[in-house]
Amino acid sequence: MMRRMTCATPPASPATKQMFGRILTSALFAGAAAGLIAALLQLFFVQPVLLHAELYESGELVHFGGEAVSARPDLPGLFDEPMRNLLSILFTMLTYTGYALVMVALMSQAERQGHEITARHGIIWGLAGFVTFHFAPGLTLAPEVPGVAAADVGARQVWWVATVASAGVAMWLIAFGGNLVAYVIAALLLMAPHVIGAPEPDSFTGPVPTEIGALFAARAFGIGMAAWVLLGAFCAYFWQSETAHAEATA
Amino acid sequence: MTTKTIKSTASAGSIIPVLFAVVLGLGIITVTGHVQASTLHDAAHDVRHATGFPCH
Repeated sequence: MMRRMTCATPPASPATKQMFGRILTSALFAGAAAGLIAALLQLFFVQPVLLHAELYESGELVHFGGEAVSARPDLPGLFDEPMRNLLSILFTMLTYTGYALVMVALMSQAERQGHEITARHGIIWGLAGFVTFHFAPGLTLAPEVPGVAAADVGARQVWWVATVASAGVAMWLIAFGGNLVAYVIAALLLMAPHVIGAPEPDSFTGPVPTEIGALFAARAFGIGMAAWVLLGAFCAYFWQSETAHAEATA
Repeated sequence: MTTKTIKSTASAGSIIPVLFAVVLGLGIITVTGHVQASTLHDAAHDVRHATGFPCH
């Protein structure tokens, strides 16, 4: 009996290794796929708005105080700045791989607690991830078009991290808390960062027309949500197929 | 009895890879989204704006 007990403990180590391998593999596939789609959507829908804003940031275009400026200036196309756009694709894929590692790890934890994880559930996971990492901080620190006035970047990063952390806990409580107290705590966690308030600039100095700023924020949120929904579905899908593969070869 | 022991050992052990994956993921997000080294900032500039990170 003693012998069997001591033999039973060591296999936890290979199992642990295999567990990390499965999380890493699923996250790499899901992050690369969703990140590539996110990057292409951003280049097509968000980048033209950003480039338009940069014309005002650099002073090349000025609105008010002079002649009316065309709302449709000539902008660089997708292939005019290949290095800049390739770097954007690379960094978007990396960022989404980071998101995917967190999401697949939490999915594996939820599954171990008896919750089902399918690609359809993944869509809800993706929406929760979008709220956590993009929408919650963006509700007060709205997605910034280049050239807007903003407070010190370090202070905004601290607020961003705190807001993402509290929104993440809130999402988990809403999904798995299962009682009124958990829901109330979640609501408080979601509201608190915005009641406390984010670091704001002392004065507004942005030269970019408000129409461009509003369109940029709307596009950034819309593309972010689409990409996150795909990321959630992909994470769940690859996690399921990795698990099925591991069970088949066990 | 033996089965129970194995099960609890396995689940206690396997929280570590979950935590490690979360830390690795947050590390990647910090590098691509937050580190202000100028080369990194310039390379990730458009992504940071479009993905809602505080950029500069």
